[in-house]
Amino acid sequence: MLELSAAQAIAAIEAGELSAQELFAFYRERANEHGGLNCFTWIADGVPLPSGGPLSGVPLAVKDLFCTEGVPTQSGSRILEGYLPPYTATVVSRLSDAGATLVAKTNQDEFAMGSSTENSAYGPTLNPWDRGRVPGGSSGGSAAAVAAGLAPWALGTDTGGSIRQPAALCGVVGLKPTYGSVSRYGMIAFASSLDQAGPLTRDVTDAALLLKHMVGRDPCDATSLQLPGEIAKPQAERLDGVRLGVPAELLTPGGDFAGAEAEPGVRDAFERTLKLAEDLGASVQEVRLPHAPYALPAYYVLAPSEASSNLARFDGVRFGMRAPDATDLLDMYTRTRHDGFGPEVKRRIMLGTYALSSGYYDAYYGRAQRVRTKIAEDFRSAFQDVDLIVTPTSASVAFELGEKTANPWTMYLSDYFTVPMSLAGIPAISIPCGLSPASDGASPAGGGLPVGLQIAGPAFSENRLLDAAHALERAIGFDGVPARV
Amino acid sequence: MSERYEPVIGLEIHVQLATATKMFCGCELSFGEPPNTRTCAVCLGLPGSLPVANARAVHFGLMIGLALGSELAPRSIFHRKNYFYPDLPKGYQISQYDEPLCLGGRLGDVRIHRVHLEEDAAKLIHLGASGRIHGSDVSIVDFNRGGTPLAEIVTEPDLRSPEQASEWLKLLRTTLRQLGVSDVNMEEGSLRCDANISLRPSGTSELGVKTELKNMNSFRFIERGIRAEIARQETLLSSGGKVLQETLHFDPGSGAITSLRSKEEAHDYRYFPEPDLVPVAIDEAMIGEARAAMSELPAERAERLEELGLSADSAQQLAFRGELGDYFEAALAAEVDPAPPPQALANWVTGELLGRLADGEDPADSRVGARALAALVGLVSAKRVSVGAGRQVLDRLVAEGGEDPAAIVQAEGLAAMDGGDELWSIVAAALAANADAAARVREGNAKAIGPIVGYVMRETKGRAEGTEVARLVHEQLGI
Repeated sequence: MLELSAAQAIAAIEAGELSAQELFAFYRERANEHGGLNCFTWIADGVPLPSGGPLSGVPLAVKDLFCTEGVPTQSGSRILEGYLPPYTATVVSRLSDAGATLVAKTNQDEFAMGSSTENSAYGPTLNPWDRGRVPGGSSGGSAAAVAAGLAPWALGTDTGGSIRQPAALCGVVGLKPTYGSVSRYGMIAFASSLDQAGPLTRDVTDAALLLKHMVGRDPCDATSLQLPGEIAKPQAERLDGVRLGVPAELLTPGGDFAGAEAEPGVRDAFERTLKLAEDLGASVQEVRLPHAPYALPAYYVLAPSEASSNLARFDGVRFGMRAPDATDLLDMYTRTRHDGFGPEVKRRIMLGTYALSSGYYDAYYGRAQRVRTKIAEDFRSAFQDVDLIVTPTSASVAFELGEKTANPWTMYLSDYFTVPMSLAGIPAISIPCGLSPASDGASPAGGGLPVGLQIAGPAFSENRLLDAAHALERAIGFDGVPARV
Repeated sequence: MSERYEPVIGLEIHVQLATATKMFCGCELSFGEPPNTRTCAVCLGLPGSLPVANARAVHFGLMIGLALGSELAPRSIFHRKNYFYPDLPKGYQISQYDEPLCLGGRLGDVRIHRVHLEEDAAKLIHLGASGRIHGSDVSIVDFNRGGTPLAEIVTEPDLRSPEQASEWLKLLRTTLRQLGVSDVNMEEGSLRCDANISLRPSGTSELGVKTELKNMNSFRFIERGIRAEIARQETLLSSGGKVLQETLHFDPGSGAITSLRSKEEAHDYRYFPEPDLVPVAIDEAMIGEARAAMSELPAERAERLEELGLSADSAQQLAFRGELGDYFEAALAAEVDPAPPPQALANWVTGELLGRLADGEDPADSRVGARALAALVGLVSAKRVSVGAGRQVLDRLVAEGGEDPAAIVQAEGLAAMDGGDELWSIVAAALAANADAAARVREGNAKAIGPIVGYVMRETKGRAEGTEVARLVHEQLGI
């Protein structure tokens, strides 16, 4: 059962070779047995009744920040400890209507703020390739669970790279769809204009299948929209005529961003993949995204600004934690938020509050919005010349626990390659493209650590993106088995 | 009030819109239901919930904009206004900031600055002696009201007295009621008004430092509150002091004005565009629907009434108080003989009739039917009944009702006298009885005619026409 991808498991269930309950019980037991990785914040009690639908009851792990009625939803935060939402997020409902069954909620950085899952109030998730290393974040629990074979597939969310970067660091597939294509209703917000749900899966075919049942306009989310067509099963085996663009500005960062330069092992894997792409018929050319280096600072103004407002509702009045014995209203607010939020969340609330303050708004928020517009224009203009843009997903392979926690800036640099696409609202996928020795020369389970390739396309180009990823995936032949526990 | 300073007053009016559901969720509006029974994940600000703008509220907002002659923004956006308070579940209010739905406009003498949409806060109830959040034993929140759609109407500082402010607000209330967009009930809070008040030396045009006066929840309190604040500022300025920019609270019980917060303590609301909503894009179809839903724009009605031959003043008075216009037009449409000329009818509606009714009473609710008034004004205008006798008939109609003024005229013997022998001899008798006055009139003192006319009117029970009496007096005196 462990060898089956989700799509293969569905086929087996439909063929009568496997029962959905059997599969669910299998994964539920594995999830319970391997608590040491700390992938999960909740695991289903019993085995659900058989459900029909195209997803045939295949179990699904869901990032903790998706509201699930009656099931703990804590968004990695102490302030929501034990919180049971009275309703279920639209995307989770859609998947369950399509026949997916909720097997577990996955660990994450608190309110999705982080790149290592070390910011969870419920302890860090470990990377199954090397338990001394982080799985990336913020959807680290989902990525690690899929990599370790503790769930067939999982839901994550991506604000600045929170699906793609952990997918890369754990050697799985992670897709951030076009902004608006998946409803945000019931996703506990980090930065509303950037947050987007997406699949974390073993392969590209599963990613397409899960996404197919996630997308669609939701009357409860005013920013959601209908994709122009259905998400199709990716079939491409060749890349004939596909023009791939490599953005020079991202690959050779300078100045303040020098630390974001891809490490040699990542670079090697990336370049080997470009060669493979050419072998499949693609052309590779340099492309310019002049404002892309400014994406990171713009992102770290915009996302905290929205977060500072989104997190104001955690005030101890109506739900979640409330500090006991407060002397008055202000005391209740400050003590609840002091005790309930972790340090990174507080840092971003303060950054965002400052950036939105009267007298600073234009210099920070206003300017960051203008940068965002420029970056979107850069991509539009680049997509005149190329069909898809490719970069490494992350400059480094999985780093060690605690390696970047002392210095927030080095942690923020983890998002260097993924944030521009988030600001532009365009779809991007990360697929494993090989192994690299860790920068310190350590050689874990499979002789190296996974490297991710990021492929980005214009808005609504999900099918083209998935096709290209499918063709490359076949050619790369990445082996994720060493990570399975 | 002395004449040294001129008050400058602008109003900010919050109007609860009478939509079926709340501004950003599907909860029905609450009318006194048990606390926290009209709530959902969205209006409770639960994690993960998202707002969706109420199209009906936008529609009502456009109707208000049209009625006030505002420019309707083709694209407007919502902002978040961030501050912490227990009646604000999300920690921010969704409102409109620098790109509101409607800009500019005018109602009567007062220019409109803007009209925008937002959501109402929940209701806080403080238990304990203080009655306010500080020092209360327990404060409880009822979220039924939270998220109710509001239109905020902001005027330019064009008002100059408490009475004018209160009068104008009544005009606005009538306009909104006519539109059917709100219950506009001040006591129940569906119409709420804050005033920005400053003084400046009479004859100057620069604006003084203003204060914002809150919590005036009736027309009477608005007049009293503004008057008290003008007096406070005047005392300050007269003694060489300075007015501080601050937000003030008016206590209707004691009449006291206390400071809520100074400029330094003012919130930094950290406005930014609401990322959970898309811009409100207005198209011709939406404007057309808003226009079609309105019986007639007051400004358009004023124009049409002027074309009937009414003065601009009368036309505006009737158009801007829709119920007066309705009554007038019903009277005009009544087929009575002789028919009243429109201007005379308008004067009787807005002058004689309104003067006999309670403040703010709709004439349609009075005992005077529109047809009866039309018949009466027809008789007066045809000089079959004198003005004075007409007033007596109207008194009777107001008190007792009745369909047929002519019958009252008949029964009371109030028919106008023609200029025949009867009146001639009564005038002669009046001159004889007021010989002194007659002498003074002859000497050129026009005012001395009063007692003579008074005598005639008494004798004729007001049936005589004043101008005819004067003519006969002059004729008999040979002047």
